[in-house]
Amino acid sequence: MTNKALFKKAAFYSVVVVIVLISVFPFYYAILTSLKTGSDLFKVNYFPSSFNFSNYIDVLNNGQFIRNTLNSVFIASTTVIFALFLAVTASYALARVRFKGRGLLLMAILAISMFPQIAVLAGLFELIRFIGIYNTPWAMILSYTIFTLPFTVWVLTTFMRDLPVEIEEAAIVDGATPWVIITQIFMPLLWPALVTTGLLAFIGAWNEFLFALTFTASETMRTVPVAIAMLSGSSQYETPWGLIMAASVLVTIPLVILVLIFQRKIVSGLTAGGVKG
Amino acid sequence: MFKKHILTTPEVSSLQRQKLRAAFWFLAPMLLVLFCVAAWPLLRSIYFSFTNTSLTNLYGGEWVGFKNYLTWKTFSSGRTIYSGTLADPAWWNAVWNTVRFAVVSVSLETIIGLMVALVLNAEFKGRGLVRAAILIPWAIPTIVSAKMWAWMFNDQFGIINDMLLSVGLIDHKIAWTANLDTAMLSVLIVDIWKTTPFMALLCLAGLQMIPRDMYESAKIDGVHPIKVFFQVTLPLVKPALMVAVIFRTLDALRMFDLIYVLTPNSKATKTMSILSRENLIEFDKFAYGSAQSTLLFAIIAIFVALYIWLGKLDLSGEKS
Repeated sequence: MTNKALFKKAAFYSVVVVIVLISVFPFYYAILTSLKTGSDLFKVNYFPSSFNFSNYIDVLNNGQFIRNTLNSVFIASTTVIFALFLAVTASYALARVRFKGRGLLLMAILAISMFPQIAVLAGLFELIRFIGIYNTPWAMILSYTIFTLPFTVWVLTTFMRDLPVEIEEAAIVDGATPWVIITQIFMPLLWPALVTTGLLAFIGAWNEFLFALTFTASETMRTVPVAIAMLSGSSQYETPWGLIMAASVLVTIPLVILVLIFQRKIVSGLTAGGVKG
Repeated sequence: MFKKHILTTPEVSSLQRQKLRAAFWFLAPMLLVLFCVAAWPLLRSIYFSFTNTSLTNLYGGEWVGFKNYLTWKTFSSGRTIYSGTLADPAWWNAVWNTVRFAVVSVSLETIIGLMVALVLNAEFKGRGLVRAAILIPWAIPTIVSAKMWAWMFNDQFGIINDMLLSVGLIDHKIAWTANLDTAMLSVLIVDIWKTTPFMALLCLAGLQMIPRDMYESAKIDGVHPIKVFFQVTLPLVKPALMVAVIFRTLDALRMFDLIYVLTPNSKATKTMSILSRENLIEFDKFAYGSAQSTLLFAIIAIFVALYIWLGKLDLSGEKS
């Protein structure tokens, strides 16, 4: 019996180890590769053999990469702030006020966050050309609203629905208007939800590729994912794997740290929103 | 209950009216923005698909009816030639690739995700650490994971070939991403690696809502664990699972970035989104690409409608 229990425990833990190894190995290997240069790159190692930071120095000295990172930071933060600003009031109305067609409206908002981005690409392209923001960060900020806004509205609505009714009732009795209720009473309670939603929307905007690829033309306007996808060596036959991995690690580490810090909140945000980041 | 009570007194019902008016002004800016970035571009894209608009002449398009979708010409010899997207083998190849990708990736992600969730639902030392570890693939940007795996799949210097060669599973190096037979397999591996954590976490959230004493009593009654899984666990996580599956399927049907970077221009993996963008932007067949994107939109809309109708899903959470 004890042997059987021991065997069971060993089997269970080996499954756990396999899960962790598969999850972490590709990132580990990217770090390993980013520390190799020259012919070292083409020797397969499972453990670190050299610690050569020249790839990182090359990436950071290349002004383009810093520029691309700043583009991404600016675009993602502006999009998120804009979406949160519109979503807080809208989700109060959707969560706390009963009106005809509320369910339908919620479904429509959900539908927008799920529909294929390619379906609006032609129309957005025309719109962006028309306003004259093609090849500027504003093109991305405008187009990313299509997924960040419905997502933030949706998640904040589910969060706000769970806030106790009593607080709101007491405020109404004291003569508070809906605006006061949102800004003075709900906002302090909503901070955790705002941080989670904002973070998830930020990750979504940071990772977006299709719009960023289509609405930028010059290298300086690219966002980080497009820059990494387009990173090429001195000749077109040579892929600079060391540089690509160094750039990849640099843009991923902040995300991994953020995700690990906020992991519990992220899980609850994902369950409420059900949207892939 | 409280609200019904409120409505009986006229003085407070004006409060209700004030609330409704406020709700309108709270919703208006969001709806206006969504109209501008979603509804209007969608309608314009659909309109473009019925014209002969080109990228260089966005406003010079003329109405051509269904020409971009399907048109035919019968010659005096009696031979009929069909043209348009629906008669284009490249389109049907993309449809088949997308559907195949969506079905295989979502089913495997659901099964593996559920298994990982069952493991994480057990109490053991280091559970928090494991949960943190499986979040890493999810946190890595798709483009970065595509590049990371492209390097691991590299035909000459890749670690995957090295591993498989050293354990003797293959006898020569394989060009995973370039080879037409293995391109789809590599895309599936990367997608499953990247998205299973999402599935696992959603399943885990569903699992944790099942009261522990249900398992206790099943254990006391001596019910076999597999039977418990199919008769207790699965029915209870089914609602959470259904929602996760539809989100994942919609995501898979619009797949673009991973395939664009991992297997560029491969006939074996080209999806509807990739083909449509290629026509829209790269080949200057703007209207033709719009027709393809409109078809993809229609396919997804029909799928969602069927899924909600058949699954009787309550996505808006209004009824709960």
